[in-house]
Amino acid sequence: MLLDPRGPRFNAAVTAVVFAVVLLTGWWWLALAQAVVFAISAVDPRRGPYALLFKALVRPRLAPPTELEPAAPFRFAQTLGLVFAGGAGVAFLAGAPTAGIVAAAFGLAAAFLNSVFGLCLGCELYLGVRRMTGRAIPARVPATE
Amino acid sequence: MNVGSAGLIVVGAVLVAATAFGLWWKRRDGRVRPVEATPEAAIMTALGVEPGVPATLLQFSSAFCAPCRATRRVLADTAATLEGVRHLEVDAESHLDAVRALDVWKTPTTLIVDAAGTVVHRATGVPAKAQVVAAVAPLLTKRRAVDHGRLGSTLCR
Repeated sequence: MLLDPRGPRFNAAVTAVVFAVVLLTGWWWLALAQAVVFAISAVDPRRGPYALLFKALVRPRLAPPTELEPAAPFRFAQTLGLVFAGGAGVAFLAGAPTAGIVAAAFGLAAAFLNSVFGLCLGCELYLGVRRMTGRAIPARVPATE
Repeated sequence: MNVGSAGLIVVGAVLVAATAFGLWWKRRDGRVRPVEATPEAAIMTALGVEPGVPATLLQFSSAFCAPCRATRRVLADTAATLEGVRHLEVDAESHLDAVRALDVWKTPTTLIVDAAGTVVHRATGVPAKAQVVAAVAPLLTKRRAVDHGRLGSTLCR
């Protein structure tokens, strides 16, 4: 699956705002709602609530994309986000606001970096984690000459 | 505990720190930096690097790498337009020992390798074509200079 790169960036911008609100209010239900959004986007990027919003409101005003990007890194990032948002929601609900703030802060940082700088933290860390945990896997990307 | 005031401080601190980090990252990303590293020949051969090729653009890619396609285009373009330049793309995840030996931490990472197998430049992120061409140029003229030398001495004799 290939995505219009502006969709994930829009997604990240909305996510950043949501995490900021969570940090300011401690609203656990908002954090959990964001977790659900992450879960849907991770399973099917095109059905994600923010993606639908992008398609309906933003995309019609833009020129067609000059480039498409693979969906896999985006889905991986959404899965990480799910952990942050879910963790924050559960922490606030369970009366552990410090843990909730820490989780939401990481979520805000990642979403902000992605929307403003195009930096995908999960992508940047992925190989680093793989080379530390070690086993080589069969090639998934064809090596071209 | 007042989440609101703590939250406000945290939001401010995160945005400031993330902005600083983002700006630093943006400067480094795609920049072709000169290095000097002589990896074991066995590692390079295992990846498919052929000795004697004046300049090899060795690209490490992975499945989780949106910029890898753009990098592939830049490097393949450069290899197609300059003689003596070869683009070689390998999957990082199926060559983890080479990844560790060559100090590759993310994809895309591009290593510019000379004819002797020495890594002379590296870049993470999508490199600008102009920077790649500039980095590769000395490796190509070196070859021509050697040819002229030989030609020169033959004529003089």
